[in-house]
Parts: sequence; structure tokens; C-alpha cells
Amino acid sequence: MMNNIVTEGDQSTQAIALGADAGGVGRRRSLGNWRPLLLLIPAFVIVSLFFLAPLIDVFIRSITDPKPGVQNYVWLFTTEANINVVVRTFVTAIVVTLVCLLLAYPYAYLMTIVSDRTRNLMQLFIMMPLWTSILVRTLAWMVLLQDTGPINGLLMAWFGIGPIPLIRTTFGVALGMSQVLLPFMVLPLYSSMAKIDKRLLPAASNLGANPVTAFFTVYLPLSRPGIFSGGVTVFILGLGFYIIPALLGSSKESMISALIQQQISVFLMWGQGTALGIFLLVCTILILIVVSRFNRGGSLFPGVDR
Amino acid sequence: MTTKRLLGVFAVLIVIWLIVPTLVIIPMSFNEAPSFNFPPKGFSTRWYENFFTDPNWLKALGASLQVAVLTMVVATAIGVMAATGLSKVKFRGKGLAEGYFLLPLIVPGIVLAVGLYSLFLRFNLLGTLPGFVLAHTIVAMPLVITNVMASMQGLDPRLEQASASLGAGRLRTFFSITLPLIAPGVTAGALFAFVTSFDEVILSLFIQSPALQTLPVKIFNSVTQTNDPTVAAVAVITMLTSVVVMLIAQFATRKRKRPVA
Repeated sequence: MMNNIVTEGDQSTQAIALGADAGGVGRRRSLGNWRPLLLLIPAFVIVSLFFLAPLIDVFIRSITDPKPGVQNYVWLFTTEANINVVVRTFVTAIVVTLVCLLLAYPYAYLMTIVSDRTRNLMQLFIMMPLWTSILVRTLAWMVLLQDTGPINGLLMAWFGIGPIPLIRTTFGVALGMSQVLLPFMVLPLYSSMAKIDKRLLPAASNLGANPVTAFFTVYLPLSRPGIFSGGVTVFILGLGFYIIPALLGSSKESMISALIQQQISVFLMWGQGTALGIFLLVCTILILIVVSRFNRGGSLFPGVDR
Repeated sequence: MTTKRLLGVFAVLIVIWLIVPTLVIIPMSFNEAPSFNFPPKGFSTRWYENFFTDPNWLKALGASLQVAVLTMVVATAIGVMAATGLSKVKFRGKGLAEGYFLLPLIVPGIVLAVGLYSLFLRFNLLGTLPGFVLAHTIVAMPLVITNVMASMQGLDPRLEQASASLGAGRLRTFFSITLPLIAPGVTAGALFAFVTSFDEVILSLFIQSPALQTLPVKIFNSVTQTNDPTVAAVAVITMLTSVVVMLIAQFATRKRKRPVA
């Protein structure tokens, strides 16, 4: 579709463009080439002041509050409760990533073999949940998962069991997070699958591979860029989730973001809270760097896939 | 064929799982009983009446709309400038500059929230309109930049050259040639910026004060501190607002490339 637009433009503007070249615009453009850079200044200033500066502030607080030194990081890595929170956060994020991958893979694959109309519809259905805020969606899960909620009601009426604790559990958190993060897995998977030549699978079976072998040796490796970029997006977004664990999780089984909030807003321990924040930030950046090394050509930004 | 059918059933289940649970909030908002128990008992609009007569909720709604509109204007203006600049020049650090502007999308919200809280404490920006607008602009602008840049990729640079050769200045060329061509991307980006701000929770929770609380902050506090069923009605109202705005964004970009969000 994009290509069509570009070609149409090419044809209709051919004549004008030729005239333009004759007018010596090429020279004027190369002279004024640095000027568009000025347009970047406002964005640069605002991102530096209200994004980079706050992050630097967080880092400085983590090594100066209450006194200069690395005591906050020592506290972070030597307190058993913290280690538990970190492990729980990573495990939850990994589980959510795997759940999203397993659910998104067949969905994205189906998108590559249906008609254009169905595909647009499938894409719309995947995007639609993003139109509603995480807060509202989490609220709905609270209603559904509560002990007196409809899910427990059904379990009670049909199987005579329950109420099973669903809310205030890590299960509830993982359920809500997977639902919110699924689109971030489907979109990169689809865009990487759409590039796979559809004749490769029949070719593999012509050469004697059964469907399972063909899938694992031909299709899966080719869809790897999508798996990596979707996986890394879901994983790092999952690591930093705050609203869903706060509302669906248990306060006894908190995740890193809740611990950060607690240290700063409740205990006013700025040093410890910011050290946790820097730890979370460094983990995110390291994961991005490592995965982008393995996955050249994949996009690193959620929803930004070109 | 059977595989395709199986996949189809699976996809339908996925879509149900994605969309239906959220809708439970709609019957809840018309509950007659003052509780979150499901299924709701009876039918009443009392929670909506509550919302539209409670000055505190209305104040939060007003604050949210004000912040979202201002964020939309600021993020769109700055974002369109940045996207135009990025698409016009080729220099070594271009990818780096683009990455820098998009970074707020991947940095954990809680870390930025703590940083802004710390910064705003020092500069007395907590619970102020400029504070909210600047904080929301940081997370809204990347969406403007990506959408506008996606529109610009389909743009024939010779159109601008032609305009320049016919004597139009840079500004004139931008407003009469470039802007109309990238309008779908700008519209989508602006609407995304509005929704991002209108729905933003984490940063808002940290930079709020009793003087200025947006609707999501009020909802969050109400859910965690009280048990007021008015929240269900508020949730439906915010959900409708963002869905309507996003539908407009879809419509604006329908003829072109899908929006990037």
C-alpha cells in the first residue's frame, strides 16, 4: 500500500520535479542542510530536562542519600526480601513473555494466511484493547477475579469448589499483564512473519520434511526477529509494571516497582528506592543491548516497527 | 484447511479474552447496590449522577481534560518539528537522536516517575499544570514522532523541492505542501498524545498534589483507599472518551498507513 502511494507520487510529480532540478534546488539544499537540525532543539531540550535530568537525579540520589557511598546498593543485594522481590519480578515477566509468545504466535501466523480484509480486522481487534487505559482494564479484572466475583461464582456453582484466591495472587498479576501486553507481541511477530516466503513450507515438505520438522527447521528460525523484538518488548515492559501488580497482586508478594514506590512514598528512603530504580533501569538497558546484538534488523521500540 | 479453522477458533478466543473482560465494567456502573459484586443487582444511574454532581470528581475531570489538551498541543508542535527535522537531514547521530526521543517509551514508568517527583519537589512543580503537561509530553511526544515519521516516509521530497523552486519559503512550503500531505500522521499522533495524557497514571500518581489530581489519579486513590462504586461509572466515562478519540484516529488514517501505537 505504501509502495503504491509512493509510485503514484513519482508519476504525477515527475514533470515538476524535473523542472525543480533544473532550477538548481539541489545546490541550495546542500548549503542549507544543517538548518533542519534546529527543528530538533525543542524536543531535545524537553527530553533532556524532563527525562534525562530526572533519571540522572535518581542516580545521584541513589549514591548520595543519606550519605555518599554505595550503601544503598549493598542494601539492595544483601537483603533477602529484596532478592525475593527481584526474582519474583523476573519470573513473572518471563512467564508473561512466554504466555504472550504462545498465544500470539498462532494468532500472528493466522494473520499471514487470511484475506486482506480479515487481516485488517484481526489487527484492529489486537489494537482495540490499547484504546482503553490499563487502569480501567485492571479495574475490570478486579471485579472478575475477586472472591465473590463471577469466576469464583461459576467454579462454586459448577464444580462446588472455591472460592479460589485469584486476586491478590501472582497468578492474577500474570493474567492481567499478559492481557495488556499481548498486542506488543502480536505486532512484531506478524511483521516478521509477513516477510517469510510462503513457498518455503511446501518446499520443505516436497523435500520430505513432515509438517513439524518443516515448522521447526524452516519457519520458526525465520520468524526469530519477531520473536526477539516482541519478546524483549513484552519482557522489559513487564519488568516495570506498576498498576497491575498494585491492584491485582498481593502486598506480601510485591514486585520491584511497588517496592520502589513503598521505599520512597511510605518510608521516605530515597536512597534505597532510587537504587532499586537504577537497578531496574540498568536491567532494562542491558536486556535491550544484549538482545539487539542477537537480533539485527528487529525493532527495539514497542509498536515502532519499520 | 482444518488447521486454519482451528487457528480461527483460537484467534476468536484470544479476541474474546482481550476485549470481553473489560466490558464487565459497563454493567457494574449501572449497579443499584453500592458494591462491586457481580452480577450487579437492579438498574440505576446513581453512580453517574454521583459523578456529575460531585465537585471533586468534576474537578478531576476538568483537570484531566485541561492537561490532555495542553499536552496534545505541546507534544504535537514539538513532535512534528522533531520529526520534520529528522526526516530532512542525514547525519551520523540521526539514529541516536531518534532513539533518544523514543527512549521514554521503554524506560520503566516508575523510574521516570520517581525522577520527576524528585525534580518537581526541588522546583515546586508538584501538582501544577505546567508540571503535568511537561511530564505527559515526555511520554506522549514519542507517539507523535513515530506517527509523523511514518507519514513522512511516503512523502516525495521532490514536492518540497518543487515548491521551493517555485519561490515558496521554507515555512510556506511546510504549511502548504508538507503539512497537508502528512496530516493523517499528525492527526493520529495528536490524538494518541491526548489519549496517552488522559489515561496516564504512574507519572501522575507521583507528581500530583491535592491541588491538582487528574481522573486516573482519583480513580486509583478511590480504588485503593475507599470502596466507592462511583469508580465504575468514571471508568466507563474515561473508557468511552479514549475509545471515541482512538476511533477518530483510526478514521483519520484509514486511507493511509495504519497508525503506529
